[in-house]
Amino acid sequence: MNPAIRSGTFVLACAVVAAVVFAGARAAGNDYVFFAGYTVLQFIVLATAWNILGGYTGYVNFGTAAFFALGAYATVFFHKFYPMPVPVLAIIGAVVSGLVGLGMGYLTLRLHGAFFAIATLALAVVLQTLVVNWNYVGGARGAYVIRPADVPGLALPYIQYLFLIMLALAVIAIATARIIERSKLGYGFAAIRDDEMAAEASGVPTLRLKLIATTLSGALMGMAGAPFPYYIGYLQPSSAFALEYAVNSIAMPMIGGTTSWVGPLVGALLLGTVQQVTTVTISSAVNLLIVGLLLVGFVIIAPNGLIGLWQRLFRKR
Amino acid sequence: MTLIGLIAPDWGELLSYDLLLNAVMAGLLLGGFYAAVTVGISISFGILDIVNIAHPAFIILGSYIAYIVNARFGLDPIGASIVALPAFYALGAAIYQIYYLSFEKRGQEPLRGLAFFFGILFITEVTLVLTFGVDYRYVQAGYIEQSWHVGVVDLPLRMLVPCLMSLTMLAALQLFLTRTFMGRAIMAVAQDQLALQLMGADPIRIKRIAFAISIATASLAGAFLIIIQPVEPSIGRDYIGRVFAICVLGGLGSLPGTLIGAMLLGIVESFTATFYGPSWAPAVSFGLLLLTLALRPAGLLGR
Repeated sequence: MNPAIRSGTFVLACAVVAAVVFAGARAAGNDYVFFAGYTVLQFIVLATAWNILGGYTGYVNFGTAAFFALGAYATVFFHKFYPMPVPVLAIIGAVVSGLVGLGMGYLTLRLHGAFFAIATLALAVVLQTLVVNWNYVGGARGAYVIRPADVPGLALPYIQYLFLIMLALAVIAIATARIIERSKLGYGFAAIRDDEMAAEASGVPTLRLKLIATTLSGALMGMAGAPFPYYIGYLQPSSAFALEYAVNSIAMPMIGGTTSWVGPLVGALLLGTVQQVTTVTISSAVNLLIVGLLLVGFVIIAPNGLIGLWQRLFRKR
Repeated sequence: MTLIGLIAPDWGELLSYDLLLNAVMAGLLLGGFYAAVTVGISISFGILDIVNIAHPAFIILGSYIAYIVNARFGLDPIGASIVALPAFYALGAAIYQIYYLSFEKRGQEPLRGLAFFFGILFITEVTLVLTFGVDYRYVQAGYIEQSWHVGVVDLPLRMLVPCLMSLTMLAALQLFLTRTFMGRAIMAVAQDQLALQLMGADPIRIKRIAFAISIATASLAGAFLIIIQPVEPSIGRDYIGRVFAICVLGGLGSLPGTLIGAMLLGIVESFTATFYGPSWAPAVSFGLLLLTLALRPAGLLGR
């Protein structure tokens, strides 16, 4: 079968699932479903984006929060500078974060993988410092972003509109991940993950592939951050740069399984839902503790995540 | 009038000269403290190649232990941290054992090992938040509010004591690594594990001891930290960029390099804080880290 056709079918299937999800959420007839659902969908995008670099090529990015916040602050900037529709802002967020990812990758990816990880961790601290010192986007105080009263051209409450956008972004992220996985690019990534020296020696352009992965991954994270100021209404540096984005976007693929697009999706759905429940019923600090414990537990006990466990149980070797 | 103007520097110049001298001194004191914070990473990351990004979290844990002992029993924070050394050593040994069995033995350390330490960082931080809340905590000791004055230079004991203790610790570790059999074995395990095995030493045991020592340094560094500034659980993150910047700048696995890197970062940060404002200080270490990685990845005294 032609892979292009299969990818087409896949995207179509994703769109159908997304439409069913949206119809289902509307049928529930409760705004809370959209608020909670938005967060889960956002984690699907972040986890899938993280996995394109982390899972496929084996380079760990601790700076999810930085890329996410870049997207969010690009929105704050343009909200004050020249208001634009949210989908356009998502594209801008993607471009900004993608470029930063490219720059970071260019400086650090030629070295030992650990340096890249450390640099991404530090990137979050520095970008937060820049934002805190930048008054135009609110500085340390934070910035109010007032939602427009209605959605141009659509008869939808604003939260449903944001939910719909995040749903579309999730479809884009998952489709991107799956297309990469089945393409020459994906095989190149897997070769880097398994043995970078061997890949380099057999003519895989490792640096270029790693840069592509970093840029794509960063762009998707920025895209996920762009609608966030409208969702939360009041954006503070500490909420945009929260460490929970970094830990969740690593924990979700690790728990689901890092080698395919299914892993981050399963991980994000599972962990995202559990977190919504524990945040409401217990407390948000306890919920973060659970994520941390699950992450450590899974990397020790089930290194290939739930998908790996599933395969071990049901696939005869 | 004009003569006096020629001989004595004018007032504005004198002021900036004072400021400069004080900024350098503050930077050196800060750098001495940074050396203590970084030395653990220099051992675990520089020598053993274990990317322990959770190290700053253990330092904060050390701060809190110093805080509890100080508040309950009135013991000096540094004394408390020395009492806690064996516990930190044991913690380090246990973590290395888990790390070895789960990652090094299976050959999966790059991706999952990093995720493991990130998880530990996170768990430690959240546990501290759940136990102590997010309020700033501080310790009490007679010397904390005192200050010495040498000429125009201020030497607050709150900075001087940690700096001197830190230099002592570094010197002791350097002597240990270069003069004792165990220390030399630790340096050797970084270079050739097989050769070490052929000499009749167990590389896993040696790495465990080295990693345990690296975590033990966090106990002392934690006490220094809480003497210098009030501590809350999340400030450990600010040190991640710093410790790795220093470690890379000085050259991986070199303690003298660590000291030089720490002093350099201390001075640069002190200048930034003096002339641009303290809110920019966290960005300095990152800039330095990126510059080093781009220009000289082996560091100043790299192997």
